[in-house]
Amino acid sequence: MAATDIDVKYVAHLARIGLTPDEEATMSARLAGILGYIEKLKELDVTGVEPTAHAVPMVNVLRPDVVCPSLPHEAALANAPAQANGLFLVPKIVE
Amino acid sequence: MPNALSLNQLSISELTGRLARREISAREITQACLDQIARVDGTVHAFISHNPADALAQADAADRELAAGVTIAQKPLLGIPIAIKDVLAVKDHPLNCGSKILGKFVSPYDATVIEKMRAAGAVIFGRLNMDEFAMGSSTETSAFGITRNPWDPARIPGGSSGGSAAAVAADEAIATLGTDTGGSIRQPAALCGCVGLKPTYGRVSRYGLTAFASSLDQIGPFTKNIEDSARVLGVISGLDPKDSTSVDVPVPDYVAALDGNIRGLKLGVPKEYLIGGLDPEVKASVDAAIQQYLALGAEIVDISLPHTDYAVATYYIVATAEASANLARFDGIRYGQRVDGADPLELYTRTRGAGFGAEVKRRIILGTYVLSSGYYDAYYLRAQKVRTLIRNDFLAAFKQVDAIITPTTPTAAFKIGEKSGDPLQMYLSDIFTISCNLAGISGISLPCGFTTNPKLPIGLQLLGQPFGEATLLKLAHAYEQSTPWHREKPGTLA
Amino acid sequence: MEYEAVIGLETHVQLNTKSKMWCGCANAYGAAPNTQVCPVCLGLPGVLPVPNEEALRKTILTGYLLNCEIPRFAKFDRKNYFYPDAPKNYQLTQYDKPSTANGFVEFEFQGGLSRVRITRAHLEEDVGKSFHFDRNSGVDFNRAGVPLMEIVSEPDITSADMAYEYLNALKDILLYGGVSDCDMEKGMVRCDVNVSVRPVGSTGLGAKIEIKNMNSFSGVRRALEYEIPRQIEVVKKGGKLIQSTRRWDDTTGITEEMRTKEHAHDYRYFPEPDMMPLAPTEEWLADVRKLVVELPLARKQRFIREYALPAADAETFKNDVALGNYFEPLAKQSANPKALANWVINNLRAKLTETNEREKTEQAELGIEPADLQLTTLADLKFPPAALLELVALVEAKTISSAAAQQVFAEMYATGQAPAAIVQEKGLAQVSDTGAIEKLCDEAIAASPGPVADYRAGKAAALNALKGYVMKLSKGKANPALAGDILERKLKA
Ligand SMILES: [Zn+2]
Repeated sequence: MAATDIDVKYVAHLARIGLTPDEEATMSARLAGILGYIEKLKELDVTGVEPTAHAVPMVNVLRPDVVCPSLPHEAALANAPAQANGLFLVPKIVE
Repeated sequence: MPNALSLNQLSISELTGRLARREISAREITQACLDQIARVDGTVHAFISHNPADALAQADAADRELAAGVTIAQKPLLGIPIAIKDVLAVKDHPLNCGSKILGKFVSPYDATVIEKMRAAGAVIFGRLNMDEFAMGSSTETSAFGITRNPWDPARIPGGSSGGSAAAVAADEAIATLGTDTGGSIRQPAALCGCVGLKPTYGRVSRYGLTAFASSLDQIGPFTKNIEDSARVLGVISGLDPKDSTSVDVPVPDYVAALDGNIRGLKLGVPKEYLIGGLDPEVKASVDAAIQQYLALGAEIVDISLPHTDYAVATYYIVATAEASANLARFDGIRYGQRVDGADPLELYTRTRGAGFGAEVKRRIILGTYVLSSGYYDAYYLRAQKVRTLIRNDFLAAFKQVDAIITPTTPTAAFKIGEKSGDPLQMYLSDIFTISCNLAGISGISLPCGFTTNPKLPIGLQLLGQPFGEATLLKLAHAYEQSTPWHREKPGTLA
Repeated sequence: MEYEAVIGLETHVQLNTKSKMWCGCANAYGAAPNTQVCPVCLGLPGVLPVPNEEALRKTILTGYLLNCEIPRFAKFDRKNYFYPDAPKNYQLTQYDKPSTANGFVEFEFQGGLSRVRITRAHLEEDVGKSFHFDRNSGVDFNRAGVPLMEIVSEPDITSADMAYEYLNALKDILLYGGVSDCDMEKGMVRCDVNVSVRPVGSTGLGAKIEIKNMNSFSGVRRALEYEIPRQIEVVKKGGKLIQSTRRWDDTTGITEEMRTKEHAHDYRYFPEPDMMPLAPTEEWLADVRKLVVELPLARKQRFIREYALPAADAETFKNDVALGNYFEPLAKQSANPKALANWVINNLRAKLTETNEREKTEQAELGIEPADLQLTTLADLKFPPAALLELVALVEAKTISSAAAQQVFAEMYATGQAPAAIVQEKGLAQVSDTGAIEKLCDEAIAASPGPVADYRAGKAAALNALKGYVMKLSKGKANPALAGDILERKLKA
């Protein structure tokens, strides 16, 4: 699949980013250039190479099951764009 | 006093000495920084905001502790004003990440590095400008205006931690904290002529650092010299139970390591870093630095990092993929600048459409794309494998050498607007710094000269073994002490 | 053509840890909205998750209880989707490397044993809770970040009833393991149901239809009782089913389509960079294995086998673990465990229930919240367990009649006094002295001309009335069998 085939409208929807038609057009062009450049990774043979997810690999980093204080209620809601009755208000969720 | 440096121009080492001798007060130091901000920040614009009253109150508290006999040994940063990149959470301070989308967000908690610096007595102040969500190499993508290079206000300070570098270069703070995902500490440090250290991944807790790319981000100091870098690193390092990726490696006395004795240490010069776009003046300065190291008794070894050419592409897959998820939380539901909608979907797309700038949108969409159904293996998984190859290059090199020496950037600071129209060119300017983050190793940039016309700082990059910061700092310190570059100050800023 | 259903279940279970999955906020139900939240579980900028070891332990323990393999490598992944109740807009879950895999659950169904294979039980996090108002919704994040285990079954279930029994068996196992409180009312167990139909005898799978977010087992059964015939109907009429997600409406009793495959999510899973993989050590796993308990079904079978209990009694002890645990050590010492079980179930449990009901009423009148009720448990009984054994022995030895035993039990339950002492004090010892009983029988015959006439006229049952009279005269102490013998002899004379 050619890198320029990116469906910006669809991907922007997945990312929940509203784009104007102008933005969409610029985005397509710019991303095509970047994706074209990224294609160079296909030159490499990565057969048998393990992926690196962490630069410093460790395992079993866990915390004990201990309760710590939560935020004071006012602090929890202090940054809420809309709130009522201790809840974060959002437009009606329909599904 | 003619030619005497004012307090804001001094280093941590100098100031703590004078504080201990009670020659000066913490309040005077903080006031000197605030005065300098008032004088030059209209031009430089390193700060998005700062709260003088809060800073002075902390300085007064430090003075009270000094009066009560608290020593620098107990609190190594007591009374030192340190300014903070706008990506780190400081309790009761605004946190915007250089973006509109966070609106009036005020952090209800301290990042671990902030807790550690408070415990060490530092005066934590100011919000330093940055590329939006640390995505950029010039601080031009900030929603709070551009930051200018103190050496030439027509030029960028580098990025993404441009404010952090400019504030130190312009003596608006004694030291600052920044973050480095692909060079965001080292590159602006190089372009502004200060010292910038990116610790090994896991050396410093990321708790409270608004994530751009979780597997690449690290917090590090900007300082006026190497000794200060060692001091701040000693304070902010160490295992943090709040960060699963922080590593339980003992924190050595980094300052004690600065003994000047680098005889016999091996420095590798990677042949892949002699690229076409390398500015001749930059190359000449780095070559001179290599000669200086030879003179200091170090050995120079030619090495190869064969997968260097793939680092930028790998980085832009890994970093954008992680960012696409990390930045999903900025949705206008629990905090931030909401643009309302008829339903949650409309609220999200409007909020995020209006709140994010073009570069951030571009990277989120790229990251979303490379993870989307059908592309994961071709992009993300492949990039993770290439990342292994890049990391292995470095681990192999470190079997031969103690550190790697390179330019930090291919050129000195470029002009404002020069590359903002071409993201790919901007990305490629990070060519020397990006591999370090992919490999998770340590890196530092320090001044190694100037271009002639105009006079702009040139940065030398040293890359060290994982958790090899002590050796890295020792090497950097030996060079610094044998050269005049770190003592140079930018001309008068009006 | 005959059709059959193919059903798989995804069961989400909240683990009963003290703290949440990634942060130290309390994992407790019922607090005021957004009072058990912190920067981590609110998804504020800069926070990082650190996994709760106890949640992992409970997941692995569940794996053992469900006969799963425990992979030596597991990891967390990000599942990306936007929803107002998801603080990070991605859920941390285990995508392709779960902590347990390939197990099975065995349970009784339709008089036999059924087995449903378990694909995996993996660890993830719960989301916040939404409340819906006229024009907007409100979100409480107290539940966000509560450890959630998802147990995925293979499509081995073939009917609504079987799904129901599977879920109950699963719940019993989780309760036994102590990994979840499984309180359905509190939403601690929720199910997604995957159901398709196919012609009997075919092995292919029909279009998979998912019914989301069911919060009761009876709801699952009812939804399937609706959905399976619906699908068969569609297919029989020549229609085509497409892969889709449906919602169950509990009030109308029907399922409705929510979205079809074209609108399916693209979750963009990728390994969580903020957390390290899991590679449980042999030593750590050995410690978890020490927590493995006997499974409910095994316990029931063992109770039937070892104590010769009727299935119903063994079922009672399976379901009421505390009662079973009370019973078992006594049963080992008892000559007649079956009689003992009868006492434990029909007397002790009944009495305790009665006490608890009274306590609830009293405490409710005092304004005590349901969650704070102080109820008597088996551990609070005034008499030692051995007293029950003694009581049964007294009955077995015919020292007291079963009627008297009831009195003794009531007394020991109320006071904690030893049975023998009660028998002595109240003079409840059964009279087996023939002379004394003969006298009482004579009295009974004299006082009951009606029953006597009836008996002599051939109504054998009339003897019971006379026997009852003798018992009454003896205040319950007469040996009823002996009284019967004597009466019979006298009346036939
Ligand atoms: Zn929390």
